[in-house]
Order: sequence, then structure tokens, then C-alpha cells
Amino acid sequence: MTFRARHLLGIDHLAPSDITALLNLAEEYVALNRRTVKHSDALAGMTQINMFFENSTRTQASFELAGKRLGADVMNMAVAQSSVKKGETLIDTALTLNAMQPDLLVVRHQNSGAVNLLAEKVNCAVINAGDGRHEHPTQALLDALTIRRAKGRLQRLTIAICGDISHSRVARSNLILLGKMENRIRLIGPATLMPSGVSEMGVELYEDMAEGLKGADVVMMLRLQKERMDGGFIPSEREYYHRWGLDADKLALAADDAIVMHPGPMNRGVEIDGTIADDINRSVIQDQVEMGVAVRMAALDLLARNLRAERGRAAAGVMA
Amino acid sequence: MNTTVFTNARLIDPEAQSDEIGSLLVRDGSILDRGAADETPPEGASVIDCQGRALAPGLVDWGVKIGEPGERHKESFRSAGLAACAGGVTTVIARPDTLPPIDTPESLEFVTRRALDAPVNIRHMAALTKAREGREMVEIGFLNDLGAVAFTDGVRVITDTKVLSRCMTYARGLNALIVGHPQDAGLSRGAAATSGKFSSLYGIPAVSPMAEVMGLDRDLALVAMTRCRWHADQITTAAALPALIRAREAGLDVTAGISIHHLTLNEFDVGDYRTFFRFTPPLRTEEDRQAMVQAVADGVIDVLASFHTPQDEESKRLPFEEAAPGAVGLQTLLPASLRLYHQGGLSLPQLWRALSLNPARRLGLEAGRLSRGAPADLVLFDPDTPFVLDRFKLLSKSKNTPFDGARMQGRVLGTWVGGARVYGDPA
Repeated sequence: MTFRARHLLGIDHLAPSDITALLNLAEEYVALNRRTVKHSDALAGMTQINMFFENSTRTQASFELAGKRLGADVMNMAVAQSSVKKGETLIDTALTLNAMQPDLLVVRHQNSGAVNLLAEKVNCAVINAGDGRHEHPTQALLDALTIRRAKGRLQRLTIAICGDISHSRVARSNLILLGKMENRIRLIGPATLMPSGVSEMGVELYEDMAEGLKGADVVMMLRLQKERMDGGFIPSEREYYHRWGLDADKLALAADDAIVMHPGPMNRGVEIDGTIADDINRSVIQDQVEMGVAVRMAALDLLARNLRAERGRAAAGVMA
Repeated sequence: MNTTVFTNARLIDPEAQSDEIGSLLVRDGSILDRGAADETPPEGASVIDCQGRALAPGLVDWGVKIGEPGERHKESFRSAGLAACAGGVTTVIARPDTLPPIDTPESLEFVTRRALDAPVNIRHMAALTKAREGREMVEIGFLNDLGAVAFTDGVRVITDTKVLSRCMTYARGLNALIVGHPQDAGLSRGAAATSGKFSSLYGIPAVSPMAEVMGLDRDLALVAMTRCRWHADQITTAAALPALIRAREAGLDVTAGISIHHLTLNEFDVGDYRTFFRFTPPLRTEEDRQAMVQAVADGVIDVLASFHTPQDEESKRLPFEEAAPGAVGLQTLLPASLRLYHQGGLSLPQLWRALSLNPARRLGLEAGRLSRGAPADLVLFDPDTPFVLDRFKLLSKSKNTPFDGARMQGRVLGTWVGGARVYGDPA
């Protein structure tokens, strides 16, 4: 096992061997989760706090289930509705939390970099569950696992990531991860939703969706993040759907066995046609949700192992 | 096959920049060939003897206001079309500053249908932002697909640079042309004249020519950032020209136009508060006017147009600064342009480069040239016939022209659209 990190704050710090190790462990948890008794004692005695400064029912539930299946004591803190509203700073919240002696902290925050800041102030392992427009590493890992299972490999694939790239932490984590694994990545979307300088990141850019989808093995659709848009990036949802929404005609341009992905929640009729999303022959959207729990179990497990090892070394040092 | 030969014509070719006697063969609505002046016509062809008068591509008039929808009493597609025919304008580019503006695919479909009333080609520009309010971009993709030739909010400057930059970025992906009105909105607010001795003597609220420079500089910076295709509807001051030249030298896809009124009139023409001379931007100094004539001759200014703006009597019978700006121009564009020719400022091919070739090219239209395969959109005119303009004889519904009572030289004798005669005596 090569995974030695203390935190999982982003994909950027992971080596391809780390990614493979994590996905291999996640495979074991996929098997566990399909059993009647879905229980492991990997996190027995440990405390996991899910701290969501930004609402997310799905990701929070996935992390909660992952922790519980591993035997941790899991607590959810909906920070958006509590102390932050009373004026407490992020650092104060971190210090308060730290005093409760958690072992694993799962954090989502609306600002890029906020999770890194928190990680500097606490003694436990921190998992980034999405920070602003920056990263969402477990989403990228669960997407990687889904692709690997559907395609039999995670290398030498043509992967099209389509839509609101600019506001998407999912896109950012994915292009880093899939790039590390030597895939060909195409970003497709309106120029107004394309981050500047992205062309220097070793990806191909397309404004024309038909061009971008040609021969793609994986079509990853992104949600149009209206809540992050100050002012109009696109003229209307109907024009967006016409030009960048995934329908049967556009999907026909991709490889015959191309899979369709979406991190959810979906805007049907905006970025994706409902029948495509529900097509069990093409869509792996439900598989992504299943892989999400397994990947998060693997991440929690690996971080817990590293944490125990670190504490063990510290204790040995004290004794010596 | 329907074949027509124009013989003994003074052919004005803006592409070749030539002005020579010859003949033109037209078949099934398109230009088929050129020949010598006295060439024997093919059998069965109808022959039009031009008697040495000028035959040129029909004018492509950039930015014509038509009152539909909303102000049909000022101008309809039918009346504008008739005025265009009489003025030698074979392609009218309609502006979107109607009531309501052309800012949706549905409204564009409406005017496209209504435009069938006119006997000339009509193409449409669409608004750049919804309701021309400068807040949200229109459905540029849908409008582009439906044939909008360019996108503009007209004289309403988009002051929110973030909105404008997003519009430009989005338009670039569609290769759509954006038309800007380079004026600093704050500085030019309420102005009806150019600041200087004249406006001070007459007490008219005025704006410095620098407002145009500031507006142009801002827009060009955004063009450099977004790399969109961009056109300045009107550049009217000498001070703005260096920025335009620099932008082109830097490789930006930028062009510029001017109205015939700014090329042939100056601020003194306003005289005793004559509201037919109220324009946006206001008339400039004589030095500016002369600089702009030179800029057209040099090709720095690409497009010369009427900026036809019909206003009813009620809109003009007001104190100068309250009167609605603009003048009709479809029918006076050609004779007024010939003033520049008669004064020796511009040759006919130079004029036609700005009146037909460049606007058509910039908008991606086949019209505006005498080349083989081009549509036979033609104007036959005598550049020397003198006349005195009577505004009540204009075919526009509105009669607001600064040339009322003016001595002019040059008359349209015939106009053809797609090879079919739409104006003039067939005999």
C-alpha cells in the first residue's frame, strides 16, 4: 500500500499508485456493500465528523453511510445553520471541533481553499468533500472507479467533460486525476463557462459539442451551476440545452460503447435529456452513486490507517 | 433562362477599384459576365442601353431603423423598401431598436416575415442584450441560426463591462459580429451637440469628442481580451482614429462605420436650432468631418451608411435638445454621397467600397460587388443630374431629412434586385 497521506484535500497530491491503491481497496468495499451484512470494524472506536458549511444531502449521506459501515461514531454538523451564522470564524469553529477529539473530519465549504486552512488547524485527518470551485477528490475517485469498472481500464481513454467547467470542482479534480492516468481529456462548453488558462493544462478545448464528442469513450456531463453564477454566462437554458445538452443525436457521435456520467443532481432538459440519464445501457449515473460509498469507505479506511500509524510512531517516540 | 445585358455602362467596380465603360451580362438573377461596351448581346437577351451612365452594385445600407414593430406610423417595411428602391439601396440591414426590440428568436421571425413586404433584400441585426437593457445577453445562438447578421444594442451603450465581455466571449464561439456604439455613456449623457464654441454660443448641452475616444478604447480593450469580431457603428472624430488603427495593427478583427450625415454636414449646419440636424452622436467640427472623409478614402473607415432613422413631425417639433435624434436617409444616401465625389474627396469606386462592398463583406453577404456569380443587385444612376430635394417627395413615411431644400447632384435611374427591376422606368 503506497497511500501515505495524512489528509485527502485534493487529487493533485496523489501519485498514480496512490489512486490505484485507493481504487483497489474500494473494490473490496463494493463487494462488502453488496452483502447482506455490510459491516467492517476498520474504524471501530474512531469518531468521524461530517461538517458541511454548504448543503449537500447526497454527499453527506454517502460519507455518513461509509463511516457507519466501517464502524465509526459518525456525527453530522450542519454548520451552515449554526455557529457560522452567529459570527464565528472558520478557525474558531476548527478549534472548537478539535477540542472534541475527532479522528476524521469530512468538510465541505463554499470557498476554495477553506478546507486546506481547516486542515492546518486540527489534529485529525481531513477529507475534502468539495471546496468552492477548487476540488472534490472523492467525486473524481468514484468517477475513476466507475470508469474502470465499465471500461476495464483507466488509461488511454478519450474522456469528454461537458458543460459548466468554470464553476465545477468536479471537473477540476477529474481532469487532474484522469490526466495523471494518461487519458485524453476534452473539455466542452461555452467559452463563458471555460476557465481561463485551462488550455495550458494538457486538455483539448471544444465549444462545438458535436466536434468534442466525436469518438469519446466517456461522456461526463456537469450540472449548470446557476447558484454560482453572478449574472448571465449563457443566454437561456433552452439555448444551452440546444447547444450543449446531451441528447440522443449528440451522444450518437461518441463511441458506440460510450458511457454517460453525471455527478448529480441533474437538471433534466438543461444539461441532459432525461431518457439518456435513465438509459441503463449507456448511463452509469446510478453506478457512480454506489461507487461513491465504496470510494469514501476506502478513503476513510486509508486515512485511519495512516493516522493510527502516525499516532503509533508518536507514542513509540515518547516511550523511547 | 432570363438574360439581360446592360450595354454602354460606366461600370463602378468596388472590388477591382475600377471605373470604366463596359457591359454586364445578367442571367437568372446573377451576374454572369462582363464585356466590352458594345458587345453583341446573346440571342434572346433583353438589352438595356445605359447610355454611358454609371452602373454599380446596389447599396448595402448598414443599420436602418424600420418602425416595425411599434412605430409603424413612422416607417413600415413596405415604405422603407420603396424608399430604398428609389435610393438605389438593394440590401437593407434592419436595426433591432424597435418597440419591443428584436431580442428573441420569435421577434426575429416576426420581422423576417414582415420584411417580405419590401421589394428589396432585408437582413436583420438582433439586440445584444434582452430588452436592450445591458443586463442579460440574448439567445445569440438561436438568433444566429435564424440569420441575424450582427448583434447590437444600438446607441444604448452597455455600461456593465462584465456583461459586455461575456456577450463578446459567447459571440466569439459562434463567430457572431458585435456592433458597438463607442461613446462614454456618462460623459455623453444629455448631450445634443459637440462641445466647443458653437454649442457654447447656442447654449446646447454638449459632449466632448473625447467621449468617443473613451468609449472606443474601452470596447477595443474588451475585444483584445475576448477576440470577438467587432464593428464600431460610427466613428466620427479624428481623435478616435489612432486607436482604431492600432487595434487593426494588433491583429484585432475590428471594423468601423460612419453615417453620411457626419461626412457631409458639420455642427454649424444646426444653425438656428434646426432639429433635422440633431443626431447621435452629434454633428462634429469641420476639421473632424474632413478627417473622416480622408479616413474613408484611406480605408480606415470601412462602411458608409444612411443610419436611416424615421421620426414623425411630433418627435422633431420640439426644442433642439428634446427633439428625437436621427434623419431618414435611404433615399438621400446616394446623392449625398456623390457630394463627396463631386468635391473630389472620393472616387466612385472608393465610395462604393464603403457603400456596398465592405458592408456586405463584413456581414457575410454575397451582395455588393460586380463579380461573376454575385446577385444582380444593381443601381443605374447619373452622377451629374442636379435637383433640389423636396422632403415631401421622399417615399419614407417620415420626412425628417437635413437635406430638405438642398441642391444635390446625382439621381437614381433604375434599381434591380436579383435581376428584377424594382425602380425606374423600364423603357
